[in-house]
Amino acid sequence: MMPAMAVSVATRLVHLSAVDVVIIAFYFALVLAIGFYLKGRANTGEDFFMAGREMTAWIAGLSFLSANLGSLELMGWAAAAYQYGILATHWYWIGAIPAMLFLAIVMMPFYYISRTHSVPGYLKLRFGESSRALSAVSFAFMTVLMSGINMYSMALVMKVVLGWDINFSIWVSSITVAVYVALGGLRSAIFNEVLQFILIWAGALLIPILGLIEVGGWSNLKLQIAHNASAEYTHLWSTLGSFNNNPMGIHWTGIVFGLAFVISCGYWTTDFLVVQRVLAAKDLRSAKMAPIIGAAFKMLVPFIVILPGLLALAVLPVKLSGEAAAVGSGGHSYNEVLPLMLARYCGPGLLGLGITALIAGFMSGMAGNVSAFTTVWTYDIYRALINKNAPDAHYVSMGRWCTIVGVLISVGTAYLVMSFLSIMDYVQALFSFFIAPLFGTVILGMLWKRATGPGGFWGLLAGTLSSIGMWAWVKMDPTALRYVALSPNARDMAENMYRALWSWIVCVCVTVMVSYLTTPKPDVELSGLVYGVTAIPREDEVPFYQRPLFWAAVVAMVFVILNIVFW
Amino acid sequence: MPDREIPIWFFIGISLLVNGLLIVGAGVWEIFHPPTNPVVLFHLHASAWWGAVLLLLGILYCVRFAPRRQS
Repeated sequence: MMPAMAVSVATRLVHLSAVDVVIIAFYFALVLAIGFYLKGRANTGEDFFMAGREMTAWIAGLSFLSANLGSLELMGWAAAAYQYGILATHWYWIGAIPAMLFLAIVMMPFYYISRTHSVPGYLKLRFGESSRALSAVSFAFMTVLMSGINMYSMALVMKVVLGWDINFSIWVSSITVAVYVALGGLRSAIFNEVLQFILIWAGALLIPILGLIEVGGWSNLKLQIAHNASAEYTHLWSTLGSFNNNPMGIHWTGIVFGLAFVISCGYWTTDFLVVQRVLAAKDLRSAKMAPIIGAAFKMLVPFIVILPGLLALAVLPVKLSGEAAAVGSGGHSYNEVLPLMLARYCGPGLLGLGITALIAGFMSGMAGNVSAFTTVWTYDIYRALINKNAPDAHYVSMGRWCTIVGVLISVGTAYLVMSFLSIMDYVQALFSFFIAPLFGTVILGMLWKRATGPGGFWGLLAGTLSSIGMWAWVKMDPTALRYVALSPNARDMAENMYRALWSWIVCVCVTVMVSYLTTPKPDVELSGLVYGVTAIPREDEVPFYQRPLFWAAVVAMVFVILNIVFW
Repeated sequence: MPDREIPIWFFIGISLLVNGLLIVGAGVWEIFHPPTNPVVLFHLHASAWWGAVLLLLGILYCVRFAPRRQS
């Protein structure tokens, strides 16, 4: 969504006052202070890479969500809401909530009881070294690339919004993240993510509140959107019966099976960037509660992301357009919708807080990438394949240096993207190649004890290669879209949904077939890893209102009600 | 968590307190010195009351989670 911003207009959208600059500077000082303060509490591997496994459910839950709530997430989905209407909310509700609850109730016990330090680490325990190596190398490679792309996109945002030099934005933000993560490890990243989560809400919440006051409430907003755009823009499900009846060009099957079942479950349950936060919880109940707390707040995020995009459809005097059209006409693009709304309502002070929220979002996402990369590199690649028997202090030292190297690679990627903009589109697609098959491998590993090591490895490899193959097929022959996405009218997002679904199916089928042709592990070796042979602690003595299952049911109920209300 | 570790909520309190103070200050200043190009809904003085909300929350968090209170 962000790529073409590189060619966007150079005139700044907002001008900061002295008080805005002080607020931004104070934020940088505070995150660095937290890093320095926590340096003394990151001396062992368990401390540095797993935050000592001491986080409460609230801290782990907010951090779990914050690592995902990057500034590109904020600005990109606000832009999508302006472009596609309330359909963008699917990526926050059905595209997140069921998966987060599934992680909490079904998968978390196996991650936590196995005492793994990473998702590739779980694959090692369940399927063997080859599956771990494949998963770890692809994850580490893609994570630093994505981090660099996000860094570059954020620098572009700062250039467009504030007129800041791209080099200045890249280096100041990346050095800050490198310092506080290298000093305090995962604990520092988590603490700062919770702080950043609060600042994002403090900085962004006023926009929908003032916007609703200006338009005269939700009912008037719907009327104005129907007048300015289309009544379809305010319906979540009723327009999804056909590819042609909604602005996104997507069918409900793509949303339910592709987004909710495969992509969302893949991301929220197997992407180590977010799962790492939950693994740092102090006990199993906290680890199960953390994603549920995250899910509850995730349901609220559309209020500060989607609603501003919808409000912009009603109140902005100018019509926003795609990047190319915006450059041609000298106007504003979809991607600028959130800064435009910020500038509309926020004077000195509030503007600084809003910009701080965007910077905080970027830094939380980047710290998440870097800390996850550091752990996977040190434990799943360096210790597993290069240096198996070093003392714990050596791995901590490796983690600190790896943090700095990871940030430098990200900076390098940012400059590479600056020179070759098309890389951005390719890498974003590449990242999606690994998510869906990985979910197939992990879920079979946890729920089906007959799955074997060779089955897991070949399934993961076949799923990934099939995803890459489908992507290349459509690139070379666009008419292939009718087969991959079931419709020649499907847009990019719809294609991603279906490609993910097919690659997941390929992964599962190959895993099952190879597993039946190979010898399974005895049950005793699967204890703690697989459903049916793992003793999961019961919670009979805990009052019902403290049980994760109860709160998962509450969140699920609210989720269903919200979908019906905005049907 | 170790007993004497400063909780994250205290850092959040500091952040809200300082930001609230700066924003409410800027908001009150604007009430007496209205800008030539005010933002939309300027008459609601969002800076003043939103800054005050943040300031109060910041004070609450700082007091509630002050390190000396952690036993």
